[in-house]
Amino acid sequence: MRVFTATRRRSRDTGHSALHDGAGGVPVILMVPAAIGLAFLVLPLAGLLVRAPWGTLAARLTAPRTLEALRLSLVTSTAATAACLLAGVPLAWMLARVAFRGRRVVRALVTVPLVLPPVVGGVALLLALGPGGLAGPWLSTLGVTLPSTSAAVVIAEAFVAMPFLVICVEGSLRTTDTRIEEAAAILGASRWTVFRRVTLPLVAPGVAAGAVLCWARALGEFGATVTFAGNFPGRTQTMPLAVYLALESDPEAAVALSLVLLLVCVAVLACLRGRWVNVA
Amino acid sequence: MMDAHLLVERPRFRLDLKIRVVPGEVVALLGPAGAGKTTALRVLAGLARPSGGHILLDGAAVHARPSEQRPFGMVCQDPLLFPHMSALRNVAFGPRCRGATRAEARRAATAWLRHVGLGDHLRDMPGDLSAGQAQRVALARSLAVRPRVLLLDEPLAALDPDTRLPVRARLRDHLSGFTGACILVTHDPVDAMALADRLIVIEDGHLVQEGTPSEVARHPRTDHVARLVGLNLYRGEARGHDVSIDGLPPDGFNGRGLTLNVTEDLNGPVFVAFPPSAVTLHPARPEGSPRNMWQGTVEGIERHGDRIRVHLDGPITASADLTAAAVADLGLSLGQKVWAAIRATETHAYPARSRE
Repeated sequence: MRVFTATRRRSRDTGHSALHDGAGGVPVILMVPAAIGLAFLVLPLAGLLVRAPWGTLAARLTAPRTLEALRLSLVTSTAATAACLLAGVPLAWMLARVAFRGRRVVRALVTVPLVLPPVVGGVALLLALGPGGLAGPWLSTLGVTLPSTSAAVVIAEAFVAMPFLVICVEGSLRTTDTRIEEAAAILGASRWTVFRRVTLPLVAPGVAAGAVLCWARALGEFGATVTFAGNFPGRTQTMPLAVYLALESDPEAAVALSLVLLLVCVAVLACLRGRWVNVA
Repeated sequence: MMDAHLLVERPRFRLDLKIRVVPGEVVALLGPAGAGKTTALRVLAGLARPSGGHILLDGAAVHARPSEQRPFGMVCQDPLLFPHMSALRNVAFGPRCRGATRAEARRAATAWLRHVGLGDHLRDMPGDLSAGQAQRVALARSLAVRPRVLLLDEPLAALDPDTRLPVRARLRDHLSGFTGACILVTHDPVDAMALADRLIVIEDGHLVQEGTPSEVARHPRTDHVARLVGLNLYRGEARGHDVSIDGLPPDGFNGRGLTLNVTEDLNGPVFVAFPPSAVTLHPARPEGSPRNMWQGTVEGIERHGDRIRVHLDGPITASADLTAAAVADLGLSLGQKVWAAIRATETHAYPARSRE
């Protein structure tokens, strides 16, 4: 969450760094690892740009399969984000505002998908929602088979991405002044009205930041998707899956597809930058 | 009429307080930090759960209802305005929640904002308002739901001294159109004196004294009350910044009555209050700036905590709080004649409300 509150402190931070710069050079013992760290983060991206098949890029990116994967990725990650918003914002509200028994356990559970290897998440989803899974019989009576459908992709992405949203929104809720909500209640607002007209507008920046992070995470989802939804072009083959597959058969195509994902990520960061991420 | 018995039991705190207020009355809940003043208000507002007791409004129980269904209004130390709404929408929020149409709510909100002197700031966002203006919006917002009981929790405490004075002076005007009861929590005796008809002093969650401001000020029952509300309080007739104190023979003091110079510009019957700590004593008539001075006789000297309170007789009876060092410097003894002085900026004058 620190990242998202950084802008508010930006002016003061600038003041401090000016002071430190004036106090004489940066110690080499810190500077060298810092430079290595930076190179480590930037070099692979540079490699991607250098090795990109610029000549055939346009043709590759407009190939039907690429467009299909890109469309599927955008649609599923947006749907997953919408699902996360619908369930995640109320969940975050519960965690931040309602003192119920076992709240700490619930909070820990919410963060599990964050640290769980996505493949394990995919296996778990299979065991829960797959044909032979816990909810399998129930789902099959409804005539629903999830694996190898686009719906399964959305579920896998939502499973992995929701914690980002919940943590962001809960952090936002915890830093807002609950007395403003109390003031609204005394004025006659029901809890639902307070939530809708006061709480939600107050945490809107947090919700937006959480949604963007959630969307980016869903867009990049690989492990859970390939495990739970499978790899079927047009139905479950999202961009990351297409990249991985292309790497086997046509490395240049993989680079081209990666460039698209990189572009999308940079665009997302640029959107966030102004308000929530202290990049400057 | 509101009749409340507030009971809160927590591990190291117990609040047991009975409060009765009638419509039109302003009751100040006074006490040191941690006495339970704010807890009492939060229980009344439904924001804190009591361990027992009751809250009755004209005999009807409201203590089982959630906050939004109690006919109360509340203004806290911070204005707590909705930062994403204009002043107008902030004030219209309550009426909207209580069933008014959008147009009705806007009309009421406009009227209330005009009433508190913010008719030109309807569209301002809270971030663009000064602290004093924001607090007035908060007051208008609470009054706009026409509460039966208005709860004011240190409404002036967060304001800087320059803003505080005008806001306090006008709070009485703002409350003038308000027909409900008002409970004011404060630790500032001047706020209490200026605004309240009756004081309830609590310490450690219990009532220690109750009465009109002048009764409590004249006969404090505990050291704390003495220090808290031991204000010098006089009735007088104001003409502009000058207040001639009542009850003095026209030639009783140096051939004329005693006139105190105050910061407020008022006319008619007023109260003038100032704290004992603001009174300075001098062996001879002080030269220069202080315009409010009179000669008195030392009637009593007693210790209040780390301060020494000197009671003076003379044209007016007054108390002065001095340090032990100052008392020693002056060589004060009973029956001694001294000059007392008070700066106009340390006094507070307010209209004496005629009680029906």
